[in-house]
Amino acid sequence: MTAVSGSIDAPGFSLGQYFVCLKGIVWREALRFIHQRERFVSALVRPLVWLFIFAAGFRQVLGISIIPPYETYILYEVYIAPGLIAMIQLFNGMQSSLTMVYDRETGGMRTLLVSPFPRWFLLTSKLLAGTLVSVLQAYAFLLIAWFWDIEAPPLGYLALAPVLLLTGFMLGALGMLVSSLVKQLENFAGIMNFVIFPMFFASSALYPLWRVQESSPLLYYICQINPFTHATELIRFALYEKISWVALAVVVGCTVVFLFGAIMAYDPARGFLARRAGPAG
Amino acid sequence: MRSSDVQPIPALDVDRVSHRYGARIALNEVSLTVRQSSFTVLLGLNGAGKSTLFSLITHLYAIRSGQIRIFGYDIASEPGAALSKLGVVFQSRALDVDISVRQNLLYHAALHGIATRRASELIAQVLDRVAMTERSSERVGNLSIGQQRRIEIARALLHQPRLLLLDEPTVGLDVKARADILDHVRRLSVVEGIGVLWATHLIDEADAGDDVVVLHKSRVLARGALGEVVEAAGGADLRDAFNRLVGVADQDELEAAR
Repeated sequence: MTAVSGSIDAPGFSLGQYFVCLKGIVWREALRFIHQRERFVSALVRPLVWLFIFAAGFRQVLGISIIPPYETYILYEVYIAPGLIAMIQLFNGMQSSLTMVYDRETGGMRTLLVSPFPRWFLLTSKLLAGTLVSVLQAYAFLLIAWFWDIEAPPLGYLALAPVLLLTGFMLGALGMLVSSLVKQLENFAGIMNFVIFPMFFASSALYPLWRVQESSPLLYYICQINPFTHATELIRFALYEKISWVALAVVVGCTVVFLFGAIMAYDPARGFLARRAGPAG
Repeated sequence: MRSSDVQPIPALDVDRVSHRYGARIALNEVSLTVRQSSFTVLLGLNGAGKSTLFSLITHLYAIRSGQIRIFGYDIASEPGAALSKLGVVFQSRALDVDISVRQNLLYHAALHGIATRRASELIAQVLDRVAMTERSSERVGNLSIGQQRRIEIARALLHQPRLLLLDEPTVGLDVKARADILDHVRRLSVVEGIGVLWATHLIDEADAGDDVVVLHKSRVLARGALGEVVEAAGGADLRDAFNRLVGVADQDELEAAR
């Protein structure tokens, strides 16, 4: 462009600036978290209701035999704890996506997307921020569960941290992908019915899969291809200082796929945003 | 090339942009420019296509046909460079009402890669500019709508953009607050040399020295200096000119449909 003057340079960002941006996004999520204490409490109450009421009621109905990673007979409460942790993260992921739909209707999402940083970076940072919140929630749940005599080996709690980051990322990315498909907030109730409940019930969260296999081979098959099953198992094994390689592989694979899908969905060139009926103005 | 041929690069250059949602055409071959340090009013009724145009300029939607350049940077091929020169005040609320003014602005600074120390200096500057310095630690939710708008403008200016877009920024404001904000933004274009695109459906928000773009039912009906647009349309004033332009366009549409 030689025929024009007054052009201005637009230097790219340094690595340090990327870090500033990431820190800002995480920090904002932390502030939101502090200011919405009721969200934290309700996220904690949900699994506790399952633990204190549902599990107590089912204790006698379902005897659990010795299956890995457990080395002794266990109570039903102990069995469902990892599934409930995964449920915390599933809800958190969907809740973040709800926030994104809400943000899209207000200006919050636009503020984020109009940032000059690459969009994949912005979305991944937001995902990380949401995941960190879900990890905090999971540990708060484990603390309460500990008083309920659900104790894992000390190192299990430590081994859980990286696993929770991974599973939180997977479920958060799924939520983000879902959020790009939901046009308006009102449609969100459908997500409960079509995403959260089927994923939770058709998994190993509430009952061991060999039990499912006895009653329905088809359901067993569905449970096995449900990524939520593998998130649950990864958490279960980590909590007892073991690793399930199959679960790890599935969770990593799904994380990559969901994240890629979400980034594509929010990419203006390919995404679904512009394909829907646009704004009124 | 002679120096007289040298044109300052436009702050915003929208070149034959079309956009549709399914079968509905939202923008039809729209072209407009915002000169550096000019105040350009994008005039259109609700549904004219203003918000779609803003979504395209801010890279929320992909441009399927035509080109948009911000200081010469193509929004499709160099979005980072283009967006770094752009400040936007959206029609919908973009501030987090639960946190303070300063926290909102720090977040925005981070989204532009500006670290806390430098951000603090810039925040002091922009808050001073909108006369909100003493409200910096106030929760945004406690501010009036007019004050929130001023913070939105401060936020949009924080990273020192050279082009400022405002989508119906005076919606919900009383007469006094509206005049204040209009006056303030107009001064920005003169004093700071920022190119401003001010989208509105309120004709009296345009002033004698402004550039005007009339957008109606997805098409640009007229554009240029306000005086030229009024003269070309044969109107007594802008309102008259606008009504004539819109009237002719609607008449044409009726006849085409017949």
